[in-house]
Amino acid sequence: MTVTLTERAAQRVQNFLAKRGKGIGLKLAVKTSGCSGLAYALEFADQAADDDLHFDSHGVTLLVDPKSHAYLDGTVLDFVREGLNEGFKFDNPNAKGACGCGESFAV
Amino acid sequence: MALLHISEPGLAPAPHQRRLAVGIDLGTTHSLVACVQSGVARALEDADGRVLLPSVVHYQAEGPDHTGYEALACMAADPANTIASAKRLMGRALADLDRSAPWPYRLVDRSSQVAIDTVAGVLTPVEVGATLLAALKARAQAALDGDIEGAVITVPAYFDDAQRQATKDAARLAGLDVLRLINEPTAAAIAYGLDRGAEGLYAVYDLGGGTFDLSILQLMRGVFEVRATCGDAALGGDDFDARIADWVIEQCRLGDITLADRRRLLTAARCAKEALSEVDSVPVRVALATTEVALVLSRATFEALTGDLVQRTLAPVRKALRDVRLGVDAIQGVVLVGGATRMPQIRNAVAEFFGRAPLTDLDPDQVVALGAATQADLLVGNRASDGWLLLDVTPLSLGIETMGGLMERIIPRNATIPCARAQEFTTFKDGQTAMSLHVLQGERELVSDCRSLARFTLHGMPPMVAGAARIRVTFQIDADGLLSVAARELSSGVEAEIAVKPSYGLGDDEITRMLADSQQAAAEDMQQRMLREAEVDARRLLDATEAALAEDGEALLAPPERAHLRELMYRLAETLETCGPDDLAELKRATDALNRGSTEFAGRRMDASVRRAMTGQRVSALEGLF
Repeated sequence: MTVTLTERAAQRVQNFLAKRGKGIGLKLAVKTSGCSGLAYALEFADQAADDDLHFDSHGVTLLVDPKSHAYLDGTVLDFVREGLNEGFKFDNPNAKGACGCGESFAV
Repeated sequence: MALLHISEPGLAPAPHQRRLAVGIDLGTTHSLVACVQSGVARALEDADGRVLLPSVVHYQAEGPDHTGYEALACMAADPANTIASAKRLMGRALADLDRSAPWPYRLVDRSSQVAIDTVAGVLTPVEVGATLLAALKARAQAALDGDIEGAVITVPAYFDDAQRQATKDAARLAGLDVLRLINEPTAAAIAYGLDRGAEGLYAVYDLGGGTFDLSILQLMRGVFEVRATCGDAALGGDDFDARIADWVIEQCRLGDITLADRRRLLTAARCAKEALSEVDSVPVRVALATTEVALVLSRATFEALTGDLVQRTLAPVRKALRDVRLGVDAIQGVVLVGGATRMPQIRNAVAEFFGRAPLTDLDPDQVVALGAATQADLLVGNRASDGWLLLDVTPLSLGIETMGGLMERIIPRNATIPCARAQEFTTFKDGQTAMSLHVLQGERELVSDCRSLARFTLHGMPPMVAGAARIRVTFQIDADGLLSVAARELSSGVEAEIAVKPSYGLGDDEITRMLADSQQAAAEDMQQRMLREAEVDARRLLDATEAALAEDGEALLAPPERAHLRELMYRLAETLETCGPDDLAELKRATDALNRGSTEFAGRRMDASVRRAMTGQRVSALEGLF
């Protein structure tokens, strides 16, 4: 029952939060759409919903709604640089296949 | 996996929506449609769970057309209005058809295309094809719950331009946007993922219901090229059924049977054939009009009955290999296509012939449609992140420089890629042993107005008279937009090649500018081109006359004749030196004058060379010659 950040990712999130000036943490969610059925969403959190699950990872609060958590359990969120792009990458043990474009996945 | 960024609350972007694209195998006996879902190509079923749609349409005077199994059921009752095998008529003229086997329909000629006279009016094969495609489109829309954005349709590798165009027209009539037509064997190879595999040669063995095709494909830089096709248009799974039916007739001494009985026997034979792919022997029970037969058919008997049919498929295989001048060991993989290749004796014969087990993991009835679906998914842009940069068309024409500084187009603008085109060129000078090739991009007629991409030289050609050498220049653009140009002198086999990236460094703006220039300058360019061509002609004539004079001038021409010819040559050379863009007519006049003036000389040279060839020959030896 965990969702975690790598240290590098946590540092980035803290930087982003500091620059933004407000927010209590990071919200991770799964939406149903896209080529392979499911897609990740990553948002700043200004407040937590009542039923959100809270995880603390390297000093950052992660909020996950219970429905999404079913698809995200065990996920590690990393911050990587690939060529000219950098961004967050989900390492999700539940994902069985991803669509070619990489925006969505299947379980 | 795409990289994500953090969004403001509630503003996370919705992932892009999937674009629906299907692959369609429009077959002679069966058609089907497939689509990539969750990364896997899958054939789509109709409401009754059937994948195959018999390629049959039944037309009525009033009321809707029937397709597929419904139409098949009308075949016996209304053969003249039940159209099967329309694919065989696609893009053909009435005169093209083999009329030895009678067609069960009233075929008529309509604007030099064959058409079928039915109760619903005169219909073209394109319209019949469109009815089938529309049925498959409706099936796909129901199964995928959305509009189909595009389709990849397969055609036999031997289809010519007219037949391919007819297939495209049928798709347009059915309201389908054709992303691309691909060859059936290529689709089968793609379904097995061979396009991502090792480069080399592959064989596709396609034994359908009524036709057999063998293709040899060469994979180079992600592009399949059909190297050879061979086949038998009257050999298929149906012949195996017929052998079983004949065997039953012989075993039970049925003698002459009615057409209805024969149809019943064939149906039973087909079931027995299919069962024998799984078990060693099957009971054959058929209730005929007057009697009932019950026999047991073993696989060994079946194999003995059909051994010659299996052997008949191997003859085209040998021929195809001979055509590409290769042995079986050059083939890296064999793909089986068509329901009839489920028969163990076929698989064994193919494995034995090629010395390797054929690829059989995918359903042989579906493999072509699955490959087409994979290609459609790629073309519509659902799969882009794995290193495939798919340029769809060439933005500008590609060609080489020819004499006179002219651009000769080999791949025209907007050609879909990957593609390969070849053209033959020849030498300009006697004894020329090398040829410099200048690869160009652009729409203008003159080399100086086009973009230079690369230069290379073909060395080591045998010396020949001007115009005798045959140099085949092949342009090939692979899926990555990489152009390779190869030149090969056909009699000696010497070759040279170079690879270039034509789109490199050209922005949209530059392409637009180059196109606009070519349109503005079109008239001027044509004028220039005609002038340059006339200059090249004039120079060639001068060179040839000069060479002829040096060789036979003394012997064959009287001094005044020689002087006259010299005078004409001098005049032409002078015009050539001084002519401007407006002197085209004058240049042509001077060329014509020399041409006419030297005709008599050329005739005498011909007579002289014939005399030389015959001198000292016996009449009997010459008789053998003529």
